[in-house]
Order: sequence, then structure tokens, then C-alpha cells
Amino acid sequence: MVDIALDIKGLYKTYSDGKVKALNGVDLTIYKGEIFGLLGPNGAGKSTLINVLTTLANKTSGEIIINGLDFAKFPSEAKTYLGVVPQEFNFHWFEKVEDIVVQQAGYYGMPAGEAKERAEILLKRLGLWDKKDTVSMKLSGGMKRRLMIVRALIHKPEILILDEPSAGVDVDLRREMWEFVRELNQEGVTIILTTHYLEEAENLCDRVGIINKGNILEIGTVKALLSELKKDTLVLDTVGEIKGLPKRYRVIEEGRLETDLLQGEDLYTITNELHSKGLQVTGIRNKTNRLEEVFINKVKD
Amino acid sequence: MKAPIWIPLYTIVNKEMIRIFRIWTQTLLPSVITTSLYFLIFGSFVGSQIQDIQGVSYMQFIVPGLVMMAIITNAFMNVVGSFFGAKLSKGIEDTLVSPTPNWVIVWGYVIGGVVRGLVVGVLVLIISLLFTKLTIVNLWAVILFSVLTAVVFSLGGLMNAVFAKKFDHTAIVPTFVLTPLTYLGGVFYSVNALPEFWQNISKFNPILYMVNGFRYGFFGISDVNIGISVTILIMLVLVLSITDLMLLRRGVGLRS
Repeated sequence: MVDIALDIKGLYKTYSDGKVKALNGVDLTIYKGEIFGLLGPNGAGKSTLINVLTTLANKTSGEIIINGLDFAKFPSEAKTYLGVVPQEFNFHWFEKVEDIVVQQAGYYGMPAGEAKERAEILLKRLGLWDKKDTVSMKLSGGMKRRLMIVRALIHKPEILILDEPSAGVDVDLRREMWEFVRELNQEGVTIILTTHYLEEAENLCDRVGIINKGNILEIGTVKALLSELKKDTLVLDTVGEIKGLPKRYRVIEEGRLETDLLQGEDLYTITNELHSKGLQVTGIRNKTNRLEEVFINKVKD
Repeated sequence: MKAPIWIPLYTIVNKEMIRIFRIWTQTLLPSVITTSLYFLIFGSFVGSQIQDIQGVSYMQFIVPGLVMMAIITNAFMNVVGSFFGAKLSKGIEDTLVSPTPNWVIVWGYVIGGVVRGLVVGVLVLIISLLFTKLTIVNLWAVILFSVLTAVVFSLGGLMNAVFAKKFDHTAIVPTFVLTPLTYLGGVFYSVNALPEFWQNISKFNPILYMVNGFRYGFFGISDVNIGISVTILIMLVLVLSITDLMLLRRGVGLRS
């Protein structure tokens, strides 16, 4: 039997004016040891769901079970399982890096000596040890993001929630962070992340859930979701004069075509057909991120 | 095993101490300068023209009131400033997502406010010794009234911070409530000197009881009954503590 890290049943959140139903009966199960991605457009309910999970928003109704503990009955115990990396930097500008981390450990009841030892390990691991005496306002954006992760991990949480971890981060750092998240996951930490970067979800997540207007529209492995696509739109770079091509090919510009590869169809059919028309195919690529296509279809529905 | 509760409490208090003493020119110095001016102008210049009140010189008479005024202002401002700042920067969310109980959050910030109030109070008291001599007839009354008053206004500051939505809101209570009540609370005069109508009105002002209880500790004189003063202060501590805890529990101003 696979252990459940987080079980959400019938979760509703209506904001106090009663007009905005941010969560509309969300049911979601996240298993121990997986990386789960929560995808959705702005205002879909991703952040509300995270806020309810972390008690920054009060739920209207529903049940949240963390590691078998009912959050409503055992909030203090349940909170110790969670580490949270919020979207916005929220540490004090004038506090030093090490102090910020040790302080956070204090909120979880960790003695200062133990907190300092663990802070050293984590700060070294995320390349911030030489900045331990630097005030946070002097850190670069990437360093601040890493500091947020160190802070969230200081009390050894079993579930790490990352709210848009790559927002405003350059490509190199994003890839470094993915690597670190994978490492953490291999060490047994369950990861829940919300993201706008569908590439991030496709690369990192074992399963993804698509949320829109407070409803979970689809949950599944990335592979299963992608298999729903009936076709892939391909962009082909060609050499030769384009004329007399069948209707399935759309000319984008001189030397560039677009066509749909249907599920089960052999790519050779296309290259062979173009070759017979005097065209040499020099490059093939997907027109769009495939997960993005699934996502758009789901949200559009 | 449950983590010891003193660690999160110490964490919040320690954070407050670091803040208070790091920016001491903003947290400790202003009240000391202001009250020094009060001593100089009202005590030395104007006070020398005023006759003794209940057997003590005017300069001596105003010292406990001005110390209390410093305690009230600083205890309140410390908590309202620090808690609202944490709310605005979302730093408070780190505490809210942790297992730290609400009562620890409340008392962590309150202890910070009490310490600042008392440190400034002691500094003002030391400055007053440059202008006059003081006696203490009941040290316990001095300690009890200064600590309870600091607790009451720290709790009040927290309540203000919880409801405040922008920085302007943190100045409304000090400007429109605290300052008038303090000035009308017998800091500069004995309420016995007022007409009966205004004496009766003054009895609805809680600061009157704090100032007089504190003054009693120094000179053994008071315009009000000391037992009633202590009871009022304890009642205020209880009511404000419960209200603050309820506000945090419901997440007013903190959780959406």
C-alpha cells in the first residue's frame, strides 16, 4: 500500500464577502515521496489551496489529513510535517542570513545549538554559507530564493510546499533548483509545487493536478496526461522549393512548414512524403510544449 | 515528543530585543529627549511657580506621571510597530505556519513591548534625578503598576496592529486616544483640584488609576483607591489578553 502524505476531501473556501468561491470542493490525494505539481491560470485557486493547507487562510469546510493526522484536530502536530516556501520574499531586510534560519527553527521548538548545526549544513548545501553574516537585503534574487528554501527545510519537514519556486529566477538557477528538489525528493521529502512554468512541471513532477475556478479538473501522471493528446503539431525546416504539397502541410514561411502528427502515425510517413516532393527535412521540433497544450485544452473546457 | 514551548517564546522575545536595541535611536531615545524637555519646562521653569501638591514639590509630583507616560507610549508603539511591520512584510506568516501557539505569539510580542516600556521608563527616571530627588515608599507598588501598565498597553498595541490595514492606522489610537487620556490622567495635576463634575469624568479614564498607583509607590499619595487601581489593571490585562487571543485564533487581519 502506498502511504498518503496529504489527503484533502471536499475542501471549500468562500471568501468572507460570500461572492468568491475560491475552492469548490477540492478532493486531492498526494502520496509520500512524490513530486506533485499544481497547475492553473492566475486566480484558479492554487495559492488559496496552499494558504488553506498552511493555515494562512481559513477553510470554509472540508477535511485535510496530513500524514494521517486530522489538521483540524491536531494543527500543531500537523504543521511540523510541513515546510513552506512562499512566493514572495518575506524575511526582514536587516536580519542576517544565519539568524533568519535559526529563528525559523526556534518557531518549531528546535534548540539553538541544533538549529545552528543544521543551518550550516543547509546553507553550505545551497551555496549560502559564505553569506551567513550578510543581511538579507544584500542578497541577489536567486540567493534570496535559496534562503527561503533553507528556511523552510530547517525543521526537517516531510512535505515541502513550494509556491511558484521559479518565479523571477534565471534559467541556470531554475535548473539548479530543479536538481536540488529532485535530490530532496530522493531523500524522501514529498514535494508539492505550484508553477506557471509547464516545462517545470513536465520535467520535475511525477503527477500533476490542473486546477481552474476552484475545481480540480484533472489529476494524473504527466505521461498519462500527455497521452490524451491526439496529435502533436510539428514544425519542419526544409530545403527545396515548396509546391504541390498535400493539405496537411501549412506553410509558415519559405523553408518552414507545419503539420500534425496523429497519435500512432509514423514520423517516416511525413519525411518520406516531403522527400518525394523534392524537399529535404533538416529539422523537426514540437510547435508547443505538449503539457501546455493539455493544460490549455483542460482550462478551455 | 512535543517541542518545549519556551523555545518559540524565547525566539520571538529575542527577535524583539534585537530590534529594540539595534534601532535604539528610534525606540529608546525619542521618549528620553521629550520627557527631559517636560522636566525642564514644566518641572523647572513653570513648576517653580507652582505650590506643593499633597506635600511634594510640583517637579517631584510630575515625575511618576511622565515615567508612566513614557512606559505607556513605548509599550504600545513597540508592539503596534513590530507586529504591524511583520504583518505588512508577511514575516508574520513564518510564525503562523509554524506550530507556535497563539498565546506564545501574543506574549512574545507583549514581553517585547513590556521590556521597551520599562527600559525607557527607567531611563526617564534616571534623567528625572538630574532635576529632583525621589523617594520610594513602596517598591512593590512601583514594580506592580509599571509592569501591569506596560502589559495592558502592549496588549492594546497588538490589538491595534491586528486591525490596522496601513501604517496610518497604527497612529490613530496613540494620537486620538492615548495622548488625550494620558494628559487628562493626572500626569500634570491632581484630579482632586478639579471641579467635582470633571473629577467624576476623570474616574472613567483608566490611565488615572495607573498614574496614581505608580505615584503612590513613590510618595504614598494617590487621588484614587489603590485596591481599585490594581483591580482595574488586572481586569484590563485579562480582557485584552482574551480578546487578543480570540482575534489571533479567528485570524482577524492575519488569515484570509
